[in-house]
Amino acid sequence: MVQALNRALSDEMEADPDVIVLGEDVGTLGGVFRVTDQLQAKFGPHRCFDTPLAEVSIIGASIGFAIYGRRPVPEIQFDGFAHTAFEQIVSQLAKYRNKTRGTVAVPVTVRVPYGGGIGGIELHGESPESYWIHTPGLRVVTPGTTSDAYWLLRESIRCNDPVIFLEPKRRYYLREDVEFPFTGAPLDKAVVRAEGTDVTLLAYGPLVRTAMEAAAAGPADGLSIEVVDLRSLSPLDDETILTSVRKTGRCVVAHEAQRTLGVGAEIAARVSEAAFDVLQAPVLRATGFDTPYPPARIEQYWLPDAERILDRATQAMEY
Amino acid sequence: MNQPLEVLEQATRHRYHVPARADLLPDEEPVRLLSPDGTLTQDERYPLDLDDHDLQQLYRYMVLGRRLDDESIKLQRQGQLAVYTSCLGQEGAQVGSAYALRRDDWIFPSYREHAVARVRDVDPVRLLHHSRGTWVSAHDPREWRFASQAVSIGTQIIQAAGLATAAQFAEDDIVVMTYFGDGATSEGVTHEGMNWASVFQAPIVFFCQNNGWAISVPVSRQLAAPTIAHRGIAYGMPGIRVDGNDVLASYAVSRVAVDRARSGGGPTLIEALTYRMEAHSTADDPTRYRGGDELAFWSAQDPLERYQLFLSARGLLDDAFVAEVAQESADMCARVRSEIYDAPHGDPAELFEHVYEGVPAHLAAQRAQLQGEIAAARGDAS
Ligand SMILES: Cc1ncc(C[n+]2csc(CCOP(=O)(O)OP(=O)(O)O)c2C)c(N)n1
Repeated sequence: MVQALNRALSDEMEADPDVIVLGEDVGTLGGVFRVTDQLQAKFGPHRCFDTPLAEVSIIGASIGFAIYGRRPVPEIQFDGFAHTAFEQIVSQLAKYRNKTRGTVAVPVTVRVPYGGGIGGIELHGESPESYWIHTPGLRVVTPGTTSDAYWLLRESIRCNDPVIFLEPKRRYYLREDVEFPFTGAPLDKAVVRAEGTDVTLLAYGPLVRTAMEAAAAGPADGLSIEVVDLRSLSPLDDETILTSVRKTGRCVVAHEAQRTLGVGAEIAARVSEAAFDVLQAPVLRATGFDTPYPPARIEQYWLPDAERILDRATQAMEY
Repeated sequence: MNQPLEVLEQATRHRYHVPARADLLPDEEPVRLLSPDGTLTQDERYPLDLDDHDLQQLYRYMVLGRRLDDESIKLQRQGQLAVYTSCLGQEGAQVGSAYALRRDDWIFPSYREHAVARVRDVDPVRLLHHSRGTWVSAHDPREWRFASQAVSIGTQIIQAAGLATAAQFAEDDIVVMTYFGDGATSEGVTHEGMNWASVFQAPIVFFCQNNGWAISVPVSRQLAAPTIAHRGIAYGMPGIRVDGNDVLASYAVSRVAVDRARSGGGPTLIEALTYRMEAHSTADDPTRYRGGDELAFWSAQDPLERYQLFLSARGLLDDAFVAEVAQESADMCARVRSEIYDAPHGDPAELFEHVYEGVPAHLAAQRAQLQGEIAAARGDAS
């Protein structure tokens, strides 16, 4: 996935001279995960450059570059440090188009490696997507597969809205055989990854792979699971979600993020508003717990795995 | 990897041997060209390159700013504006600094730069819609190169630094001037913006109007450095203190800073000592925190009166010119009044159009809901 993201940045920088990459260690080092590897060598120090170690600056300056007419792709090194830039993201970046009555768009794509499962120290395993989903004006996008990582990043950069692009860091080393370049599904569409008839399982980012494991294990428990990869968390693709739920009559949402006010809560509300008539069970959630993200040695107890997801699916069946 | 010791020492020298940069420190005495009685003293470090026309323009912009301020406060009292933040007393600092810019230079203001906006000739009606609550930025920032007024303290500073860096990378010779108050110097973003700009040697001028107060909090609560301008040295940029109630000194120091920025010399921090003669905003009651003596002291320093004395002595303030500017101000205020007073708000459904480039399905549904509610209310009313 790292190479796919790197290729997406490179292809987009090639295609559009306004695209610039900035952040901590993105230049000479190529990023701590190497996602920006070789970009400075290829495009020069004005297209890919290291900034001071300052997240407010990385986002705030990106807004300035965007007002000037550039298409910045800033990197926040880790999920837990994006909070530092909260003000510039939610009050400035998200609102610039709206407050200028549509005259100034700020097409900034903020890349953030996120999520747990890498045995990191504190603040290296957070899933902060809800803060941004709750903020009108931001798009929130996250790939669950390697080919989607490439395609969604290109689409995000080309999009004229600010995008928070969440990279599931524990899937950085997922491999997939792909021929570059290629095209994929539109930016704001969810995609059905596995067909099934009993339960709709909605997942995104790092849990897409886990959801596929659950779907594969389903038949052993007599379960036919349909996996929908959300891809865009804001806006949500209600159409694809509801089509699947109308087909199965049951819905489970899986995410690493804490349960309260997570994506699952929003989907539960939407599904019950729009498809109450077909529901055979309440919408159920397989999520992280409402505690701080745990220390690395016990994160496996916290993170939803295929077991936890299957438990929810079974529970939905038994209603 | 075995390098001779001298080479290593050379490479790391900059980390340990710090050159003295006393040249970056501000003078204790702020730069002043005009004394309160209007006498001009030249300062060879900050030469004045203004002809008679320019000198009259400075007067014109200060008067326009002051008259508009007065009109805006009246409009607020009449319930036409939600809240208004006066620039009374700060016109010298604002007009002088903004006059040092070219029309294609960018301005990143806070919410108090009404006199700066006169110099840039941004439509005052559009700017006041911000105060009225018609729309946040009813002006197009790119048209006037005047960014959206910043309400969250200091947020514009790093955005300004970013735009300056973008221009620098593009080899575009524009300069950015960003305005903020003394209170803003305590915000982390102000530090980040100055640090960023110095690191990149971006073409930007940080223009701080130290008006003594951040609402009710005195500047002594904001910093323990000797002065705000002293902070420049920590970033490796010059700090200059200037008498902000002296429009000529404000112009002259800004001119030097703008020229330095434009010629690749990097950023400058200017601290203009001034005073806000009005309340912090129309919602504020300054009698709770400041005494009458202070106001009397600063009234004697009024930037416009001082400048009028100077212009008169120069023979540049004849009755005809004064009347012409008064007429222009009156016409501007009349137009502002007629266009703002009871100005209708737009269609609330428009709100949904500017959240994203298109209107996503969930917003289209919410828009339909609102339109339904409005239609129902209309039905109820008729
Ligand atoms: C981040 C933030 N915190 C608090 C406020 C509330 N507030 C508005 S103006 C102000 C004082 C600002 O003082 P200063 O920077 O000196 O500028 P001045 O108003 O004197 O021009 C405060 C605290 C705000 N707007 N933004």
